[in-house]
This record gives sequence, C-alpha cells and structure tokens, in this order.
Amino acid sequence: MSALLELICPAGSLPALKAAVDNGADGVYLGLKDNTNARNFSGLNFDAKALAEGIRYAHNKGVKVLMALNTYPQPDTVSRWHQAVDTAATSGLDAIILADPGLMAYARKVHPNLRLHLSVQGSATSYEAVNFYRERFGIQRAVLPRVLSLPQVENVVNNTDVEIELFGFGGLCVMVEGRCLLSSYACGDSPNTFGACSPGHAVRWQQTPKGMETRLNGVLIDRYADDEKAGYPTLCKGRFDVQGETYYALEEPTSLNSMEMLPEMARLGIAAIKIEGRQRSPAYVAQVTQVWRAAIDAVKKDMAAFKPGSFKPEAAWMAQLNKVSEGSMSTLGAYYRPWK
Amino acid sequence: MLGTLRFAQPTNYPETTMKLPNFPKPLARFVSTLPSWPASRAFVAAGNLVAWPSLRDLDWSHVAGRRFRVQVSDLGLKLYFSVHANGFRALHNGLADVTFTATAQDFARLALRLEDPDTLFFNRRLLIEGDTDLGLTVKNMLDAVELETATAGMPVGMGRVVMKLRHLALK
Ligand code: SF4
Repeated sequence: MSALLELICPAGSLPALKAAVDNGADGVYLGLKDNTNARNFSGLNFDAKALAEGIRYAHNKGVKVLMALNTYPQPDTVSRWHQAVDTAATSGLDAIILADPGLMAYARKVHPNLRLHLSVQGSATSYEAVNFYRERFGIQRAVLPRVLSLPQVENVVNNTDVEIELFGFGGLCVMVEGRCLLSSYACGDSPNTFGACSPGHAVRWQQTPKGMETRLNGVLIDRYADDEKAGYPTLCKGRFDVQGETYYALEEPTSLNSMEMLPEMARLGIAAIKIEGRQRSPAYVAQVTQVWRAAIDAVKKDMAAFKPGSFKPEAAWMAQLNKVSEGSMSTLGAYYRPWK
Repeated sequence: MLGTLRFAQPTNYPETTMKLPNFPKPLARFVSTLPSWPASRAFVAAGNLVAWPSLRDLDWSHVAGRRFRVQVSDLGLKLYFSVHANGFRALHNGLADVTFTATAQDFARLALRLEDPDTLFFNRRLLIEGDTDLGLTVKNMLDAVELETATAGMPVGMGRVVMKLRHLALK
C-alpha cells in the first residue's frame, strides 16, 4: 500500500531523534553538521557517530530516517554536498531531501538506488514542476511549499504519481521557500547557501526599559512589550515603520498548524505530514510528535466519519501545540483560504 | 498572499504546564540574600559533581573561557562561571559574554528536558542576552547529551531522583 499520512518529525540531535521515534514518528529527518542543510546552527545536527546510532535506533523500531541536503551548493565547495550525498547513500538512510537540481543529477548518476525527495526549498508549486523533477531525476516524493491552498494541492495530487508531503506544524517561512533573500540583506548570508536564516552570530536580544529588543546585525527588527509573546528573530517577522505606522508588515510571529485539515489531507491521499523544528530541543519533539501521532491515528481510524470541516482536534492537543508555537499562536496558513 | 495570515487564531486554550514543585517561599527569600561569589562557587561545585562527568567528553573548545551569567529571576540570584577542560569555574561578578535569565522553576524544567528553550523564549519566560551564538551553541551541546548518559554520571541515587522528578512532572 502506498504511504498515507506518515508522520515525519525533526531531529537536531540524537536525543531528539529518539524522542521522535519513542513518541510515534513514522520517519525522522536530520542534517549533517555543516551548511549542506538549512539548519546550520552551532552545536546542532549529526556527526558520523550520531548518524550511525540514530539510524540503528530508528530502524530497530521500524522508523525511517531521511536526510535534509536542502541548501544550494556553491561552485567552490560543491564537493562537500557530493560527499554528503555519498554519506547518505552508504549509511543506509531511507531517502535524501534535495532542493538543488545539480545535486539531484549527481545523486541520480552516482547512487541510482538512493530515494530522492524534493525539498520544500525546491519551491515546486505546480504538478508540471513536480513531474519535471520526476522525469529528470526520478524523485519519489515532493514536499509542497506552504503557499498553496488545499484545492491547489489537490490539483497537484491529481496530476502526478509523485507522493506528496505537506507541512503539518511549525515555524512559518514567509512563503517564498527557496527564494528568500531577506536574511542576506541584514547578515550578508543567504539561508539557501549559508544554511541558516538569521544565524546566531547576527542575533542580539536585549531587555531595555521600552521592552525586549531583537536586533539582526544591528538592525532593530522588533521590540516586545513585557506582555507580548515573541517570535524567531527573522526579518520576515519583524515590525517595521511603513509610512509612519509600525506593524508586522510581512507576517506575524505565528506557527503553522494544519491539524484541523487532516481528514481532507487523508482524502487527497497525502503521503506524509512534516513537522518543522530541527533547531528545537528534544522536549519539543516529544510533545509535538505525541500530539500529532494521536491526531493522525484518530483520523485514520475512521476516515469515512469525517465530513469536510467536521474534525475537531482535542482542545488539549491544540493547547499543547499553541504553547510551543511562535508567538504562542498558530494559523492554518494558506491551506485554508477561499481565494487563489 | 500575505492576507492568508489573518487566520491566526488567538490562544484561548488553557495553558498546559506540567507541574514541578515550587521553590518554597522562605527558602527563596533566604537565597536572594546570598552574595553572588559564594553562590557561584556553590553552584559550580555542585555542577562539577553532578553534571561534569557526563559533559567532560563534549568538545568545549569553542566555549572554553567564555563567561556565563545565569540569573534566577525569582530568587534574585546571579551566578557567574566559565567552563574549562577540567570543569566549571566560578567567576567574580563582572561582565558576562552571555546571560540567561529565567525563574528557578523554568531552569529546572529545562534541565529536566521537560521544556524546550524556544517555547520558553516565545512565552517570554527565558531571556538570552549577549552572545546569542554562544548561548545557542551551549544549548545545542547540552541537547545532544542523552539523559541516560547524564544521569549515569551522577553520584549514586542522584540520577534516580532526577528521573523520578521528570517522570512525576510528565504524568
Ligand atoms: S526571513 Fe523569514 S521567510 Fe525568509 S527564509 Fe527567513 S524565516 Fe523564511
């Protein structure tokens, strides 16, 4: 049977991987300790030893391990990305998640048996794009960007054999995945090559009499009053002075939470649901995995019972998810919107 | 496209916080009268005894000699220390490279892996000031230590107490 609503959870460390496995993930995704993936933060991610132990632990419990290689190699350092693909192929991983077509070509040529997933950073929003990657590089799954409404997702699903993975929960990018250059304006490093949006060395928080200030490379991007919830220090979630008015001009600090739409996603045959957050701690992974496992099980148990819009996630699940959300609130994002 | 975000839902769900015993008030009052230097020394001594055995094998090279300040806000306690190849070292008050501020209860929840630092940050219960990258590095290094390894390195009985506390709070 083809995959349906597999729960794919983030792991930035071995304990996080184990937390995902122990709490019911069907798959975990991880990255190496360098800029070959988009969570290139100091101290995070897997070295060879942790990778081997992680794969052993997950496979023992029947859980898949995927590796994110979702940044764009640069001409002078491309060998690092090639090596990472080789590592993935020889370590017994279940798939790699790629954004760069050049890297896909390499993987396809050198390791024809390695399963390829198209990363959200590849920004494929139409079935034509998805099918192109299938035709040229043999990708077997595509993670769709969070810009599409569910009817638009349906249109992709109906016109491709490629498995489709959607985001279920987590920090929200401003919705131009793989193309965002905001961070480079302030830091000089693009997330797609450096591997981190708002790298730690550029971030400064300071409590001042006016509130807590967040700066990115000296640029003030937000100031929170004591009773305001905070978000990640990214430019897209800053408050800016626009013609004399200061507000969230691009996006509010909020997380995506598409749980309410699980029955619709099941009906469309969505292969997998991705949870964001490789930068987060094992406690988050455990909490979020547990809640999503319960929700997916509830939906799968009696799929026919749910009419569109009739699924009400338990209040305790939503409370748990909101608690760990940016700004302590969540949104259905683009999945639910009446316009295209 | 930006209009999609108008669907943000306000948090009107009840808070779900797993409970740990609160720090007793009289004890808190007593602790807040302690001067920093002896407190830092006591903290460092405890840290070297309880935590260091499971931390000594980490690569501290990027962190060695950097100055940390831990401010326990509800106890009015400030702890200054640095990390070296042979363990934690207490420092006299002064400038710190990075400062962590939270309540005793929240620090305990972080140490027991009951809470994620980002969650506490979003909820304004954890503040990291100074060198963010240093703070992040240490956070990620500690996250990568397995709880079993950490408790196994603790003095006899201590590890069991930690696991028991965690278990109780998760219930
Ligand atoms: S600035 Fe925002 S939208 Fe751009 S990469 Fe960073 S998080 Fe994503």
